[in-house]
Amino acid sequence: MSRVHRDVGVPGWIYVPALAGAVFVLLPLIAMVSRVEWGSFFELITSEGSRAALALSLRTSAISTLACIVIGVPMAVVLARTQFPGQGLLRSLVLLPLVLPPVVGGIALLYTFGRRGLLGETIDVLGLQIAFSTTAVVMAQTFVALPFLVLSLEGALRTAGSQYEVVAASLGARPTTVFRRVTLPLVLPGLMSGAVLSFARALGEFGATITFAGSLQGVTRTLPLEIYLRRETDADAAVALSLVLVVVAIVVIGFARQGRTAL
Amino acid sequence: MTFEFSASVEERGVDVSFTVADGETLALLGPNGAGKSTVLAVAAGLLRPDRGRVVLDGRPLTVVGDGARQAWVAPHDRHIAMLAQDPLLFPHLTVLDNAAFAPRSQGVRRAAAQATATQWLEQVGIPELADRKPAQVSGGQAQRAAVARALAADPRLLLLDEPMAALDVAVTPALRQTLRRVLADRSVVLVTHDALDALLLADTVAVLEEGRIVEQGPAADVLSRPRSAFAARIAGLNMLVGTWRGDGVHTPTGVDVHGLVTGPAPTDGEPAVAVFPPTAVAVFRQPPGGSPRNALSAVVTELEPQGDRIRVRAGDLSADVTAQAVAELDLAPGSEVTFSVKANEVSVYRL
Repeated sequence: MSRVHRDVGVPGWIYVPALAGAVFVLLPLIAMVSRVEWGSFFELITSEGSRAALALSLRTSAISTLACIVIGVPMAVVLARTQFPGQGLLRSLVLLPLVLPPVVGGIALLYTFGRRGLLGETIDVLGLQIAFSTTAVVMAQTFVALPFLVLSLEGALRTAGSQYEVVAASLGARPTTVFRRVTLPLVLPGLMSGAVLSFARALGEFGATITFAGSLQGVTRTLPLEIYLRRETDADAAVALSLVLVVVAIVVIGFARQGRTAL
Repeated sequence: MTFEFSASVEERGVDVSFTVADGETLALLGPNGAGKSTVLAVAAGLLRPDRGRVVLDGRPLTVVGDGARQAWVAPHDRHIAMLAQDPLLFPHLTVLDNAAFAPRSQGVRRAAAQATATQWLEQVGIPELADRKPAQVSGGQAQRAAVARALAADPRLLLLDEPMAALDVAVTPALRQTLRRVLADRSVVLVTHDALDALLLADTVAVLEEGRIVEQGPAADVLSRPRSAFAARIAGLNMLVGTWRGDGVHTPTGVDVHGLVTGPAPTDGEPAVAVFPPTAVAVFRQPPGGSPRNALSAVVTELEPQGDRIRVRAGDLSADVTAQAVAELDLAPGSEVTFSVKANEVSVYRL
């Protein structure tokens, strides 16, 4: 069987920088794996501090992914399906955390929800203390991860188009029914991959967390913070924990790719 | 119990009014860009006209403009279902769940909704496809499922937007017959390019050109004696209405026309129509002998150039011939001629 080539081909030299790029991304990972102390690996990642950090990271990332879904899905729907003045500007602003340095995001959150922040007094009156708590970790993660979900779902909504929704409405379905039975099922693959990306971003969150939530073991010290602190005192533990995060990231990418092919 | 429509959409240069009586089918014929889709969008509540009044069964759905009390009913609350060129079955639902969508949305329990859906799938002839996903059925089957889904909503008015335009020509006659059956007692607005659809599915025809209705009347009249340029171009079909007598359509003028029966066969004495295009007609000065053709005597009333052909009109009949043939046959208004058409070029439909 001869296969028909439809591409015109790419210039031969282009493989050189492409390969260099691939090496640039993969080599550090290999270098890191080669530094892992396999003999004490299991001990290192199951020490009390490590387990506390991993458990906190998984718990807060899961909650912030849920929070991203709860507020991000409506945001994506409003951006993709409605028209109002200033919508383009609003979209850019909502996506701001994507390009903002996370530390800046942390500072912004601190001056909003912190004790001396914009809403600080209101929160005090309610008897709550957000900054430097686990809640703050979740908020920091949600803040930086939200654009990933909104962006990916808005794209899926635009690709799907509104023609099925028009048909559903003409069949007598109320807007809520259309949303539940037509819109959401049609963009489910996009929602899944958006949620997976948000989870990954939340899991890796560092700058906003340390600024807004601090680094208190078992309360706000997530895995990336733990790795950063251990790097000074116990490099072997830092490397072992880094590998754990790499494995989690690879699993997440696998999920995201699956979601994309299902689309 | 009627549908009253009048709307003007300035941006698209559309200004149209019509009424559809209870149980009547109105066909909107017109070239692309004539405003047919705009009319449907206004009727369905997807477009707000600059001025207009859309009333279904005495209930104002859209009222915009001077004086009158404004009204606007959301698309889902209009009891108007739409069927487009593309079946647009919900890809994540089975054919049965698609057909059950409308009753489910109206709060009917699952089992009852599926019973209604099954009944409609039987009506359109695809009960065996109930458990398939839309990706697993053909275009014609998908359109049948879309018809079942729309009818299961029990709409007061059905909007059909060229429902057969995207289908293979091989499956259109059967679907057309199905539509004829299920649409018989319903109020329908049908947008189409196809004169035959209009003739077989519609009671009245309105021809739309540049956003205005230029011609309106009973389907058979408009299509056999079109006055507007567009209707003449797409219609202009020869249609001989009569009664079915065993092997042909017997017209009141005593001519028998033989042809191929399309759809359900008429029984003796039933009204039927023989349809053939002007391009299928050959014109002779003397009746041709001994050939298995339909021969219709006629007197030329008009010669009308149409591009590189000349349309020879003889009363309600017309034939397209070359300019050379007109010269050779020495045709002029008043000439006695025989129009000859092969039986296999004639389609016969039960009316």
